[in-house]
Amino acid sequence: MYNATTLKTNENRAMSEAIDKGRRQLLTVATTLTGAVGVAFAAVPFLASWKPSARAKALGAPVEIDISKLEPGAMLKIEWRGKPVLVVRRTAEMIERIGANDDELRDPGSAKSRQPEYTKNPARAIKPEYLVLLGVCTHLGCLPQNRFAPGASADGLLTADWPGGFFCPCHGSKFDLSGRVFSGVPAPTNLEIPPYSFADDNHLVIGLDPVKEA
Amino acid sequence: MADPTAAAGPGRIARLGAWIDERFPMTKLWNEHVAEYYAPKNFNFWYYFGSIALFVLALQIVTGIFLTMSYKPSATEAFGSVEYIMRDVEWGWLIRYLHSTGASAFFIVVYLHMFRALLYGSHRKPRELLWIFGVLIYLALMAEAFFGYLLPWGNMSYWGAQVIVSLFGTFPLIGDWLIEWIRGDYFISDITLNRFFALHVVALPLVLIFLVVAHILALHEVGSNNPDGIEIKKTKGPGGHPVDGITFHPYYTVKDLFGLSVFLVLFAAVVFFAPEMGGLFLEAPNFEPANSLLTPEHIAPVWYFTPYYAILRAVPAFLDTQIWGVLALFAAVLLLFFVPWLDKSPVKSIRYRGPIYKVALMVFAANFIMLGYCGLKPAVSPYTTMSVVGTIIYFAFFLAMPWYTRIDSHKPEPSRVTT
Repeated sequence: MYNATTLKTNENRAMSEAIDKGRRQLLTVATTLTGAVGVAFAAVPFLASWKPSARAKALGAPVEIDISKLEPGAMLKIEWRGKPVLVVRRTAEMIERIGANDDELRDPGSAKSRQPEYTKNPARAIKPEYLVLLGVCTHLGCLPQNRFAPGASADGLLTADWPGGFFCPCHGSKFDLSGRVFSGVPAPTNLEIPPYSFADDNHLVIGLDPVKEA
Repeated sequence: MADPTAAAGPGRIARLGAWIDERFPMTKLWNEHVAEYYAPKNFNFWYYFGSIALFVLALQIVTGIFLTMSYKPSATEAFGSVEYIMRDVEWGWLIRYLHSTGASAFFIVVYLHMFRALLYGSHRKPRELLWIFGVLIYLALMAEAFFGYLLPWGNMSYWGAQVIVSLFGTFPLIGDWLIEWIRGDYFISDITLNRFFALHVVALPLVLIFLVVAHILALHEVGSNNPDGIEIKKTKGPGGHPVDGITFHPYYTVKDLFGLSVFLVLFAAVVFFAPEMGGLFLEAPNFEPANSLLTPEHIAPVWYFTPYYAILRAVPAFLDTQIWGVLALFAAVLLLFFVPWLDKSPVKSIRYRGPIYKVALMVFAANFIMLGYCGLKPAVSPYTTMSVVGTIIYFAFFLAMPWYTRIDSHKPEPSRVTT
């Protein structure tokens, strides 16, 4: 059935069908790269689904609290993002004592501690009268107690030289009236300060930075 | 009377087998991996732990499936649903104790299995990839145990997860973002619990099963090592099979069943008489529900993580970051991958090695237990000093291995296995 012409055509075809390895490799690499880009794009929704959801964000939104009824020397404990936030209204006497025992502190200037820039001052506050702290010991996350009264405590945990401040019951870390850590206790840094601002004189917003004045 | 089927050719069962074999390699797989898999004839008791580990994996999967039938992965219901399983579900206490004890048993068995490899050089050429699959199984197992530990939503579950997740916060720049991404919230919450549940019951078991299959395939490709650390494939009989090999079935299936029964006696004793193991397997603070505002007095991970926890705490913070401890923790585990290449000894088995490796391995094992003990204790003297010394010994064992295995003496290996 085959004549010379068809044989010749077949030969030509065989020649042209010789494997062009360079071309094959280029196509393989190009397809792989295109596929990889596709996989990367497809991965985005899955990875992004792990970020805090809209509901989690709403529940973690800033909390406004009324501080008009907070007596001088009293402390308020509220919950924000699953953590206790301590709000202390300092008395004039307490404000006066700020900086009195800086030499006993590990980080008096709060250089190694975590706080918003606007609270990086000796009182560690926007207004010295109001102290806002996260009630999470920087050692292992326990809740420090307020032991504002100076001197020895009835339970014997604090001695006569105690200047007043916060005391962690778990491992005995001590912090001053601005939440600054004393030397020689397990906690490495001062108590953290969350972002906060004043809505007005009587309302504090935890979780919201103050609006920057232009 | 003559059997009518005898004349008619093979019986029904055989015909069914042939029917399947034409469509699926049933007999082929059985022969390759069981009936005609030749294992060295000189296995001792150290060789039980592989099959026991496989059994424990199956046990964890079965008990786990039944636990999910009554467990609720939500922050408000999780703790209560575990109590419900313990009190109200018929035999629920048994299923739960089998699962919780199984977790600890898994690590005991795996640690012994890994120690066996270091004893007889089972990680050495040509079994490097087999060892790497094994280390990957160990990593997946640690992740599986960590995610599972949050599920009872007790206070130790909660704070343990808190401490471990916060390790990722030490990474520079991305740290804070990374822990928020892992938790899916601003603290360990219902959202975190839900995703840990998904990882624990679906994702990681799949990864584990895949890795175990790869581990066994790699083993059957190269063949098992043995207490003499020599290759039985080098001496083959007229049938083409190793002279020092015996078929896995029936010899080792029966032997492994015996080993398994001994294991089960011990395992059952713990399940029935000491499921909490004095607070080691189930910790006291975990009998209180998770409380984000109340930290347990002393946070320690479950015992099988404590050697690494001790290493984490032993490395001090410097340059204003605690990341060094975290890096040491990861390095301590990742070093395991390199052991086949760090070991330069001309012989594999401890039987023919010199005194240096023998001493080094025993010191390493004792030191690993000591580190585990330190990790359970609060970070105070003398445990802090012990942890630092232990960490140095741990790293020295691996990093100095190329040197001390090279200068160590060795005895000549026999050409055939001994008993």
